[in-house]
Amino acid sequence: MNGAQDLGGKHGFGPIDPEPNEPPFHDDWERHVFALTLAMGFTGQWNIDKSRHARESMDPAHYLSSSYYQIWLEGLTRLLLNAELVSREELEAGESRNDPVPLKQIMRAEIVPDLLAKGGPADRETDTEPVFSEGDAVRAKNIQPPGHTRLPGYARSRQGVIAAVRGCHVFPDANARGDGDQPQWLYSVRFTAQELFGDTAPPKDEVHIDMWESYLDAV
Amino acid sequence: MAHTHDDHEHGEGSELPDIELRVKALESLLVDKGYVDPAALGILVETYEKKVGPRNGAAVVAKAWSDEAYKQKLLDDATAAIAELGFTGRQGEHMVVVENTAQTHNMVVCTLCSCYPWPVLGLPPVWYKSAPYRSRAVADPRGVLEEFGVEMDDDVAVKVWDSTAEVRYLVLPLRPEGTDGWSEEDLARLVTRDSMIGTGLALSADQAPEGA
Repeated sequence: MNGAQDLGGKHGFGPIDPEPNEPPFHDDWERHVFALTLAMGFTGQWNIDKSRHARESMDPAHYLSSSYYQIWLEGLTRLLLNAELVSREELEAGESRNDPVPLKQIMRAEIVPDLLAKGGPADRETDTEPVFSEGDAVRAKNIQPPGHTRLPGYARSRQGVIAAVRGCHVFPDANARGDGDQPQWLYSVRFTAQELFGDTAPPKDEVHIDMWESYLDAV
Repeated sequence: MAHTHDDHEHGEGSELPDIELRVKALESLLVDKGYVDPAALGILVETYEKKVGPRNGAAVVAKAWSDEAYKQKLLDDATAAIAELGFTGRQGEHMVVVENTAQTHNMVVCTLCSCYPWPVLGLPPVWYKSAPYRSRAVADPRGVLEEFGVEMDDDVAVKVWDSTAEVRYLVLPLRPEGTDGWSEEDLARLVTRDSMIGTGLALSADQAPEGA
């Protein structure tokens, strides 16, 4: 979607301002938002692509004026409401007013270390062959879906070269809609900085973007 | 839900104290519903606050600097090579290591959100997730590097990696001069978090922090 999250190449956001010896969390509520987001993600009521879409669907002005854990809190709240796991009244009250929805799994303390160590790989078995090979010239399509996509706006219609075949991965655009994994071949595509950002960009510089097969046309 | 709406309308001033209450209410509700195990929340926080961080990545880099065969494995199959050191799992399921050379400097960003290799670097710093870095890293990486105190020669190609999929990138920085014969432990002290994101370089031999 053409939301506030699609930031590559935008101007005007000021200096980066890194904080020396930055702690992992700045306020206690951030710890809680972080942990609640991971714990609720494990329940299987949504997936990582739906989570990303919930965050990027915020009003652009609100997204850009929020810290990242504020964005996570907004995303989690939307996901809980959309999945009807909680009601607005319950969120206000901070206590349960209706029967809980039965969940297929809950993140119990004893399984956490194992879950984190295993993670959730996004690659999938396939009996298809990749359409493109290393060295092929490709052009990113000009697609502008109102839903979730991982094709950044700055790369649309730009020409690049397949730098590597990454494997067959869950397709986020479909997964975020709840339409299943629909795995596709994923490629690392190399673009020159000049192709993306114009002739004033340094001639030797490059940007590599991971792109699914359906984002690309052969050139 | 007047609550969220109010946050939205009033902006910063009223947001912070309010957000603490909101998060407390949310957690109480989710515990009350039986959706979350409070003990699990504590373990999640402790893991990423105390156990997982850039020292993991520094160990990977120091080993690659010391052991040519390991370095080759790391460049060929980073996920497996990093797992050999015990660093696996969430947000590191598909690792790729990109090597800096005299001709190439690599830098990693996620322009669309905050993708970052947790098992080797821990949770990302605020600046990595914020608009100034995400907007400029792809279009003006040299300007970004300057802001981090790194001047990159015109002869060096800057390669930016935008983490748009579930592939996570770790930069293998250049080994500093004058470190021949150093132990992996000593080398690891020269490896900063920023040098593995690509917004910095490894410390020079004479910048080595005192051993812990």
